[in-house]
Amino acid sequence: MVPEVPKNSAAVVGGRRPPPDRSVAPAARNRRLGIGFIVPVVVFVAVFYLYPLARNVVLSFQDYDINSLYSGNAPFIGLGNYRRLLSTPAFATAVVNTVVFVAGSLFFQFTIGLGLAEFFHRSFPLSPLLRSLLLIPWLLPLVVSGTLFRWLLDTSNGVVNQILLTLHLVQDPVPWLNTPHTAMAAVLICNIWIGVPFNMVILHSGMQAIPAELYEAASLDGAGRWQQFRYVTLPQIGPVVGIVVTLGLIYTLKVFDVIWVMTKGGPANATHTITTYAYQLSFGGLSEFGLGAAAGDLLIVVAAVFALLYLRALRADPGARA
Amino acid sequence: MRTSVKCRRTRPVGAFTATVTAAGLLLTSCGGDSSPPRPAKGSGKITLTEMDYYISEPGRSALTKQLTRCGKLAGVVIKRQIVPDLRTKVLQLANSRALPDLILLDNPDLQQLAATGALVDLGAAGVKTDGLYPNIVAAGKYRGKQYGVAPGVNQLALYYNTSMLAKAGVKPPATWDELRIAAKKLTQGDKVHGIGFAVPASEEGSFQFESFFFSAGASLKKLDSPEAVSALRLLKDLVSSGSAPKDVLSWNQMNVGEQFTNGSLAMMINGPWELPLLRKAGMKDFGIVPVPAPAGRTSSGALGGEVWAAGSSGDKSRKAVEVIKCMVSKGNSLEWAKLTNYVPSDPKVTAEFSAAVPTMKTFVETIGSAKSRTAEVGPDYPKYSQALWTAVQAALSGSKSPSAALADAQKQATQ
Repeated sequence: MVPEVPKNSAAVVGGRRPPPDRSVAPAARNRRLGIGFIVPVVVFVAVFYLYPLARNVVLSFQDYDINSLYSGNAPFIGLGNYRRLLSTPAFATAVVNTVVFVAGSLFFQFTIGLGLAEFFHRSFPLSPLLRSLLLIPWLLPLVVSGTLFRWLLDTSNGVVNQILLTLHLVQDPVPWLNTPHTAMAAVLICNIWIGVPFNMVILHSGMQAIPAELYEAASLDGAGRWQQFRYVTLPQIGPVVGIVVTLGLIYTLKVFDVIWVMTKGGPANATHTITTYAYQLSFGGLSEFGLGAAAGDLLIVVAAVFALLYLRALRADPGARA
Repeated sequence: MRTSVKCRRTRPVGAFTATVTAAGLLLTSCGGDSSPPRPAKGSGKITLTEMDYYISEPGRSALTKQLTRCGKLAGVVIKRQIVPDLRTKVLQLANSRALPDLILLDNPDLQQLAATGALVDLGAAGVKTDGLYPNIVAAGKYRGKQYGVAPGVNQLALYYNTSMLAKAGVKPPATWDELRIAAKKLTQGDKVHGIGFAVPASEEGSFQFESFFFSAGASLKKLDSPEAVSALRLLKDLVSSGSAPKDVLSWNQMNVGEQFTNGSLAMMINGPWELPLLRKAGMKDFGIVPVPAPAGRTSSGALGGEVWAAGSSGDKSRKAVEVIKCMVSKGNSLEWAKLTNYVPSDPKVTAEFSAAVPTMKTFVETIGSAKSRTAEVGPDYPKYSQALWTAVQAALSGSKSPSAALADAQKQATQ
C-alpha cells in the first residue's frame, strides 16, 4: 500500500498537466517539496497540541490519583469525575468566581481601553510617548505584577491603604486580600490594570485605519464629537472589537499567575477560578489528576465555544475580514 | 518545614516553568563531582543522582559539602539537582519509573511518594532508627515500613520582641489567656500588632494553625472536635480584636519574619529558619518561648523538616542506603543542625547542640512533643490539610463561624 502512494499521486498529478517532456514532472517535485514543508508542522501540532489535549480528555474519564502514577492503574469511570466535580461546593464557587472575574475584567479592560484609544486617536504633543508608557503593565511578567499588587494592597503596610487613609476616604484600612469580597475586587483590579494596554493598542490601531474623509464628511453634516464616535468610529472598529473581546475572553479564562501569586485562591476559596482550582486539584497536594483534567476540559470547552461563535460571526460577515 | 519559607514561595514560578518549558530546564545541577560517569565495571565509580530543594543558603552549600563527603566514603559520585517544586517533580518521575537514587523531601510528602511503591524500604536495608525521637521515626514510616529518615527536624515557636514586652510590662505568654492579654496590650492601633502568624491558602497555613490545633489536643482525624474549634476561635479572636493583623491570611512565614524584624509585630509564630534572617537584619532584641497552649496542657506543634528517601534502582540502591546512613550519622546530623538551624534527630546529640547554639534551646526542648502530620491520616494528609487551611481562612475572614468552618472541613476531608 505504502509504496503505491507516490506512483499514484505522480500519475494523477501528471494527468492534469500537458504531456511531460521529462521523466520527473516538476509538479511531482513540487508536491514532494510541499509535503516536506507540511510534515514538520503536522508533527509539531500532533505532538505538542493534539496528543496532550487527547490525553487530557482521556484522563478526565479515569480515576487517576497518586497511586496511578506508579502502578499505571487508572480505571475508567465514565463521567464519574465530572459528576463529582459538579457536586463539589468549591467547584461551584470557582465557576461563579470565573464568571465574575471574566465579566468584570472584560468590561473594565474594554471600556477603559476604548476610552484611552479614543483619547490617543486625537493626536497631541507627546501622545506617542504617553501611549508607550501605558504599555508597561502589558510588558511586565505576570508574576511581577501580581507580587507588586500583593504589596500595594497589603492591609497594614500597603500604599493603597495609606493613601486612602491619608485622604480620609476610609476610616479603617481596607482588608483587600483578606476578606472574600475585597479579595475578588483586588485580583480584578490587578488583572484589569494588566489588560487595559492590550485593549487600548488593538482598538487604537483599528481607529487609525478609519479614513479621515469619513470624519470630514460627518463634521460637514454637523456631527459633534460624540456623534462622530457613535456613528463613525464604533461601526468602523466593529470587527476589531470582536477580536479584542474574544481574545480577551480566552486570555482571561486562563489567568493563573495573578491569582496564584496574590491569594492562592484564598481567602477560603473566594478567588479560586476554574483554572486555579484545576491546578489545585492536580498539583496542589491532592493529586486528583483525573478530577483536575475534568475541570480543565470544561474550561477548554467554554473557550472553544466562544472561539467558534466568533469564527462563525466572521464568516457570516465577509466584510468584517478587512 | 523549611520549605514553607523558601520552597513554597517559589512554587508558582516553578510549577509554571515546568509546564511551559521542558522540565529539564528547571533543574539546576550544582555541587557534587561533575566528571562524567564511567560505566566500566569493577574499577569505575557508580554515579548516584540526588534531588532536593535547598535553593538558597545556608542549606545549599551545607548539603553539597555533606553529600561530597558521604559520597566519597561510599565510593560513589553524587550528581546533585536542586528542584524548587520537588514534590511535583518526583511524582512525575515516579510515573516514568525514573526516581533519583537519593531524595531529600518534605516529611508530609513522604507517605504519598511511598504509596506509589517507588521507594526503598530503608529499615530492611539496614538503616537504624533506634534512639531517634519517636515522632521523627513515625514521620518517615508508611504502613509499618521505614521509607524516610530525617537528619534534622524543626517546629514552630513564639518569638517576642524583648524591649516591646518590657515597655508594655508583659511577660512572654505561656497560656492562651496570657497570649490574648499580652497581644492586646502590645497592640498600638494599626502601627504595631501584638502578634503575627501566617495562615495563607497553602500547607504553610495548616502547618502554622496546627501548633494551636495540636496544643489544644485536637486530632486530624476529627477536624471539628471541640478542641479544634477552641484553637480556631483563639486565632479568630486575635484577628477580630485587632491584636493580629488581617494580613495573616495572605502573608507567608517569611513575610511575618520581615514584619517582626521591622517592629510592626511584637510577637510572631515562626520556625528556626528565621534565625539567620533575623541575624542578617541586625535584630538581636528577641526571645523565643514555646507556642502558648491552653492552661494545663503541653505545647505541641506539627513536626517540620525533610527526610532522606531512596528511589529503588537495584544495585544503586545499596550504595544510596550507605550514603543515607552517613548523612544521618551523629556527626553529620550535628553539623547539619548547626549549619542550617535544625534540631538533630538524635536526642543524644541535642544536648551538645543546645550548648553550642543557645538560640535553639526552645526548639530543642519542644521537639519531642511535636506531632508528625501524616501519623494519623497517612497519605490522605494533603486532603485534610487543604480542608483545614480553607476552614482557617473562612473563619478568620469572617465568612463562617469557627465551628461551622471546621464542620465543613471535616465533610470535605472525608467525602
